[in-house]
Amino acid sequence: MIYLELLWSFMQIGLFSIGGGYAAMPLIQHQAIDVHGWLTMQSFADIMTISQMTPGPIAINCATFVGIQVAGIPGAIIATAGCILPSSLIVTILAFIYYRFKGLEAVQSILKGLRPAVVAMIASAGLSLTAMAFCGGDTFTSDINTANVIIFLIALIILRKWRPSPMIVMAGAGIIGLAAGIIL
Amino acid sequence: MNDRGRRYLKLFLSTLEISAFTFGGGYVIIPLMRKTFVSRLKWLEDSEMLDLTAIAQSAPGPIAVNAAILIGYRTGGIIGSLISILGAVLPPLVIISVISAFYQAFRSNMYVSMAMTAMSAGVAAVVIDVVITMVWDILKRKRFLPIAMMAAAFVLVRFFSVSIIAVIIAAGAVGYLGWLFEKRRRK
Repeated sequence: MIYLELLWSFMQIGLFSIGGGYAAMPLIQHQAIDVHGWLTMQSFADIMTISQMTPGPIAINCATFVGIQVAGIPGAIIATAGCILPSSLIVTILAFIYYRFKGLEAVQSILKGLRPAVVAMIASAGLSLTAMAFCGGDTFTSDINTANVIIFLIALIILRKWRPSPMIVMAGAGIIGLAAGIIL
Repeated sequence: MNDRGRRYLKLFLSTLEISAFTFGGGYVIIPLMRKTFVSRLKWLEDSEMLDLTAIAQSAPGPIAVNAAILIGYRTGGIIGSLISILGAVLPPLVIISVISAFYQAFRSNMYVSMAMTAMSAGVAAVVIDVVITMVWDILKRKRFLPIAMMAAAFVLVRFFSVSIIAVIIAAGAVGYLGWLFEKRRRK
């Protein structure tokens, strides 16, 4: 059943996205594109774009987006619930351990050990997004969109140099793309 | 409305407001929560907020939701945590639902498509920027194990399509063993 599939998928995403923020991205890519085919790489790039410009955690935004595309509003609610169910249980258990034993040394050491692997996975998902922007698919091909490569490089330099809010960069990219499309 | 009801309402409105106006995820939202619940409402001590933040960051899932659950529980028990989950989740749920409704109709529009295509280059740059910072953070410590784990995880996920969950579990096990080893050496 589609609701159970959504619930189970997003429970896995919620359970294994460790370290907040972008950690959910590779898991969503895996579940929604590779395993279930609920999203295309393009709609995945779109929801990441929308996520940068709207409030709320990436995982919740994606859960809502995927849920609604697959099974309407009930789907969105179920996917969101799935996403937060594991963490609400674990956060309760951790709070208990923390106040009982005054520390989370073991848990925090596991997290520290996990960090490099999580970074590697975010890097892999980031490369998929870059391939999508450059070549329109999730791997790099010779068919390259030069305009997007230029926008990417300028955006990256601006981000590294002045550290503006990502929203400004996104809006700038959108406006340039629109202007270039209309003029050319 | 009695005192408890008023407190629940305030809890709901505060988490709703924080969630609706915060762009940029967990690391931005925690300082805002501190401002609301410690400085303004005085429901929590500063030290307690630090504890809750540590727990929220240690658990899987969105940090903002985890923090909301803990604050809700601390200030209003189980009902409090349910109320604060609702407050934290409702804004993104509603906003993305509305956008999704228009998405199907607008995505095929030529101008929307132009903007979205260029923005996909923007979002790739935002993510790669974050990746550069995180990778550099690990490289600059010049320790063998984390660097080797990062390289191995990347190759396994990117080129051999190994399950992400399997890699996370394996990396967690390595982290735990490393901690046990450290602890024994210190003794």
